[in-house]
Amino acid sequence: MYSFSLSEEQKMLMDAVRRYALDDLRAAARDADEEGQLPPDLIEKGWELGYLQASIPEEYDGFGERSAVTGVLAAEEMAWGDLSGALAVFLPGLFTTPILLVGSEAQKAQYIPPVIEAEWQPYTAALMEQRLDFDPNDLAATAVADGDFYVLEGQKSFVPFAADAEKMIVYANLDGQTQGFIVPADAPGLEIGERQKLLGLHALPLYEISLKGVRIPAEDRLGGPEGHDFAPILDSSRVALAAMAVGVSKAAYEYSREYAKDRDVFGVKVAQKQAIAFMLAEMATDIEAIRLLVWEAAWMIDQGKPEAGKQAYLALTGAADMAMMVTDRAVQILGGHGYIREHPVELWMRNGRGFATFAGLVVV
Amino acid sequence: MIDFETPKPIEQINNVVETVALNMMRPVSRYYDENEHEIPWDYINFMHQAVKSMGGTSMAPEERPAKEGEQKKKHPPIAYQRLAHMVEMLAWGDAGMYLCVPGGLLGSAAVAAAGTPEQKKRFLSRFAGDKPVFDAMAMTEPQAGSDTSAIRATAVLDKETNEWILNGEKIFVTAGQKALVDSDGFMVVWATIDPSAGRAGMRAFVVEAGTPGCSVTKLEHKLGIRVSDTASVVLQDCRIPYDNILGSPTVEKTTKGFKGAMATFNATRPIVAAQAIGIARATLELLKEVLEENGITIRYGLPRHKMTQTERDVIEMEIMLRSAWLLVIKALWMADNKISNPAEASMAKVKAGDVVVKITQKAVEILGPLGYSRDLLIEKWFRDAKITDLYEGTGQINRLVVARNILGYRGSQLR
Repeated sequence: MYSFSLSEEQKMLMDAVRRYALDDLRAAARDADEEGQLPPDLIEKGWELGYLQASIPEEYDGFGERSAVTGVLAAEEMAWGDLSGALAVFLPGLFTTPILLVGSEAQKAQYIPPVIEAEWQPYTAALMEQRLDFDPNDLAATAVADGDFYVLEGQKSFVPFAADAEKMIVYANLDGQTQGFIVPADAPGLEIGERQKLLGLHALPLYEISLKGVRIPAEDRLGGPEGHDFAPILDSSRVALAAMAVGVSKAAYEYSREYAKDRDVFGVKVAQKQAIAFMLAEMATDIEAIRLLVWEAAWMIDQGKPEAGKQAYLALTGAADMAMMVTDRAVQILGGHGYIREHPVELWMRNGRGFATFAGLVVV
Repeated sequence: MIDFETPKPIEQINNVVETVALNMMRPVSRYYDENEHEIPWDYINFMHQAVKSMGGTSMAPEERPAKEGEQKKKHPPIAYQRLAHMVEMLAWGDAGMYLCVPGGLLGSAAVAAAGTPEQKKRFLSRFAGDKPVFDAMAMTEPQAGSDTSAIRATAVLDKETNEWILNGEKIFVTAGQKALVDSDGFMVVWATIDPSAGRAGMRAFVVEAGTPGCSVTKLEHKLGIRVSDTASVVLQDCRIPYDNILGSPTVEKTTKGFKGAMATFNATRPIVAAQAIGIARATLELLKEVLEENGITIRYGLPRHKMTQTERDVIEMEIMLRSAWLLVIKALWMADNKISNPAEASMAKVKAGDVVVKITQKAVEILGPLGYSRDLLIEKWFRDAKITDLYEGTGQINRLVVARNILGYRGSQLR
């Protein structure tokens, strides 16, 4: 039966997330972007909203169960506040959610509770690679079996908080399959490179790392010695990113709409010109259309539908295009003022472009 | 709880309608396109019997008042959602022939939405008879298209006989010929009861087939949906009973009456959008089929640099199609649940009209000579598609409706 209503629990969580996104993340976003860092208190406050904790079962010290639908709802609201901040708040999930989804029993018991019961800590994951032909299903970094160990070689990039992380999941190509490995920060051969300088996400510390003969015991292969299916992680990442694209787009759309209603031109408000009003109408329509596509993909994941993977891919592909269109138009509607860093729309436009590139920066 | 599962009753009816589309529509689709104004009676009679055998009188959603002692329905309301699925599937079969379905068009929708219980009984019960009966809606006039407030047709009350006297000329009346000439149907006509009152004076009237003074004067020749007749109707001192007015017979200072009428668009616009989606889905499915026959399969999940242009195009078409369909479903879920939906209804129409035009145009392009040839139905769907971005509010009018809603502007603030 079709329904587009949130459950009571979801409504309560979203109210809290929305308040935090507006009062905290949005309020801090410009300074964080200029200074290149997020205040630790800010991230901790978002962590204490308990989204991730509520997606982990009690047996691993959480208090709920994972729902991709709840995840995309929260991801959208959070990114509506600020994308860098949202990715930081969600960061520990980059480590725990793949373990929850495809990890072995032993891995779940060992690795999830210490993350969940503590304050926010930078547990992270390394999927992307700094290459034109990056493909999450065809990684250049390799894992090779060597007795009871796997040896990791290669370069990874866009690894959030890598310099501070205690542990991370590193994804590498093992016989043509993308497989995750739980890698401690002090593993010999793991080198954290320079912090990356990017078009957007200025507030989020992202690093290149290199793997030079990093030896990981077979039991720390994600899923245990037999490994795991990568699709659930990729699908989850795709809907989460797509939801965040919707959130960023919504922020840009709302800001430009309010600006257009306030700004005088030729004796009327800018928004009273059809040229602008129609742009806004199309922005609102496309945001809503893609939001529903994202919701459906997340719902399919929760239902275990076989088409979930395809739908998640369609959702992110559509969301990336939509986010570019909407954030660009937001700048356009503000005219020259949109180009000035006193307004947030240029920041959203830079972040908006990223969704065609980002992979594995968040999971739900 | 957010849920995207197609309701079971809808799925069942979907299967039936799909069979109809495949067996009764597709095989004759080309014939009726090439023989404009011939009437597909086989299909019409079949549909009439089919709708009757399912216990319905028309495709329009009906609100059945609960009988005494009867338990209130436990299931959430899905009448409009079901209609959207049926329309989508019929348009998937043939968008023009869908418009030849007896008793399921805009006239009966207006009666269902704005009529009194007596009016519903009087006008809608005819659909349950042995013969198929049609309904139509007449709004557009030669000088009044999107700007419906420019309507000049008049309705004057003759107090002596207690009849309305209608005068005016209507064009673009879908199924007007079938409703007024080929069956004992009716037409809902928009006219003003007070030309000085502007929109506040606008009302809808039911004119039944055979009423003296009402005549079909022309059938249009069109780009697409050729099997569906598009009539011009002249009303000359056409007298109808007093009770044939939908809504209040008095002119108030407000435009409440007009707005009430416009509110029917909140259900009908997403239904037209569903029609667009049906054409788009048919096109995308056939496109993929032909590509596959030619050894081209679409790979999903690849980064863009590994994809062919055709793959990018097809995947973009899938995104457009699915997201537009979800807008339709959401707008009608809101209608079913009595949640105000003017913005969502128009968003669905804007998006569906857009995507069906893009998808059909791109499909002809991708298929090259095969797409351009009348051997396949793709070129027909390209022609059929365009109507969905024109009628029931052009894409631009619906953008205007969306814009006014999201900006909180009245018509006077955003013209």
